[in-house]
Amino acid sequence: MDLLEYRATRTKTVGEALEQHGIDRRDFLKLCAAMATLLALPASAAEQLAVALAKARRPSVIWLSFQECTGCTESLTRSHSPSLESLIFDMISLDYHHTLQAASGEAAEAAREAAMKENAGKYLVAVDGSVPMGNPGYSTIAGVANIDVLRETAKDAAAILAVGTCAAYGGLPAAQPNPTGAVAISELIKDKPVVNIPGCPPIPTVITGVIAHYLAFGALPELDALGRPKAFYGETIHDRCYRRPFYDQGKFAETFDDEGARRGWCLFKLGCKGPVTYNACATMKWNGGVSFPIQSGHGCIGCSEPNFWDAGGFYEALSMPAHPLKVGAAAAAAGVAAGAAVTFFNRKKKGAAKAGHETTTLEDLER
Amino acid sequence: MGELQFLTWVRGSGLNLALTIFVVGVLWRLIEIYGLGRKKDLSASRSTPGASGWATILRRSLPPPGMLPASPVSYIGGYVFHVGLAVVVFLFAPHIALLTSIAGVVWPALPSQVVDFVTVVTMAAMIAVLVDRLFKPVKRFLSTFGDWFTWTLTFLPLLTGWLAVHHLLLPYTLMLAVHILSVELLLVFLPFTKLFHAFTVFGSRWFNGAVNGHKGVPV
Repeated sequence: MDLLEYRATRTKTVGEALEQHGIDRRDFLKLCAAMATLLALPASAAEQLAVALAKARRPSVIWLSFQECTGCTESLTRSHSPSLESLIFDMISLDYHHTLQAASGEAAEAAREAAMKENAGKYLVAVDGSVPMGNPGYSTIAGVANIDVLRETAKDAAAILAVGTCAAYGGLPAAQPNPTGAVAISELIKDKPVVNIPGCPPIPTVITGVIAHYLAFGALPELDALGRPKAFYGETIHDRCYRRPFYDQGKFAETFDDEGARRGWCLFKLGCKGPVTYNACATMKWNGGVSFPIQSGHGCIGCSEPNFWDAGGFYEALSMPAHPLKVGAAAAAAGVAAGAAVTFFNRKKKGAAKAGHETTTLEDLER
Repeated sequence: MGELQFLTWVRGSGLNLALTIFVVGVLWRLIEIYGLGRKKDLSASRSTPGASGWATILRRSLPPPGMLPASPVSYIGGYVFHVGLAVVVFLFAPHIALLTSIAGVVWPALPSQVVDFVTVVTMAAMIAVLVDRLFKPVKRFLSTFGDWFTWTLTFLPLLTGWLAVHHLLLPYTLMLAVHILSVELLLVFLPFTKLFHAFTVFGSRWFNGAVNGHKGVPV
């Protein structure tokens, strides 16, 4: 694809781009209906979505990678053609992405600057990874500190998508003792709307779903108190888990290879964090709806929640102590000592009362 | 502090602190009470004090003749909420998991729907007992701050646990943390309030029965 063809593609509407990829109207309407369902919109929204999506200009997306592991990008690219994810992927113009772009070095940075200039006020910035504030030198791109790249790129953006738990809440880099002083994107960018799409990594359909919503309605989806789209993060894994009936019946796997595990019973006792994790894994699943961690026999580790790395052992049940208890001999000794000390004073008082007791004689009474 | 951080605190540092105070308090109070000692009774025993002690433990667990119709709420409500508390605390799977992790002991759990039903019945019984205490003039006159306080300490874990399971009022994570915190408050205050009867009730009953038996009034 030469530059002219590339630019022509970028200015196409979503409808035109899909047509170019051989996607007919029937498939497109199916996609819109599925997308409306995913976003928990009423059925009537599918038509609106179709009209709006067909006309929408493919927005420029600049993807910034900071202190991250590229797992979020790996997730995004795990789309099986012609899955919803890959269709949506055709709807945006991904102008800058370390892992996916062909250009490198100065050419890559020039692409970012060009996209920012051409689409000022209209482009989306997707960020994966947290920003080190302890020392700007901990993470740089082309010698520029992450915080500077973020501020410069976010300045003319329409909105920021904090993709993955690191960008949304600090994630692994921010885990105790947080050596790099890692912080979440929302703590740094206050003047632009920031959508948190947490998960380690997030479900690809959730990433693309948020973009589709923005494309179709020109606005970001409704968010919860933690900045997450309610449509995807409105319910806990536990409440939508297919193993939930076993929890209610009190049937639990005690180890990973016992009879309970083989029968697919609840993994609560093996440390599943499903009850306190708000995400869509149990319903949307992974790898084209094939499975999700609990279905494959491992408990949820709560990867879309803030500070999940520091929330106790992954294999400790939620009702168990988060860390090994330190109450022991010292507490018992202190209790015994306190009891002994009080007893000593009580006995001393009793002894003093006994010693001070005056015997009443007949004379005393007759006096 | 986020919700999950709060939950982690109550499952970690908070639990450590509460259990430490609980262990210190229980040992302190038990040694203090049994360390008080009694004056040596030089008289010959008129009956079998030991057997009388055991009989009193049983007898005082039952309403005295005629008292049940006179004060049904106290007796029936009292039985229901004590048995209910034991079921909820010791037969709910997550609670057993906690006790297993602390003490290594394990026993079968009841289905959560059964525990849920028992929780509602227990809360209803506790409310009935509270209303009775509020509206019976003699009971109200005899009540002190300690009575209202310990009722609240006992009721909160039931209420918050039930609300957490049913996802009411607060997000589950936060309500679960509040539930665990309410249990920790109960642990902290238990040794220093009348709730300490959990440890002393049978000992004191036995002692009263034994003293009476010694004096020739075996009961």
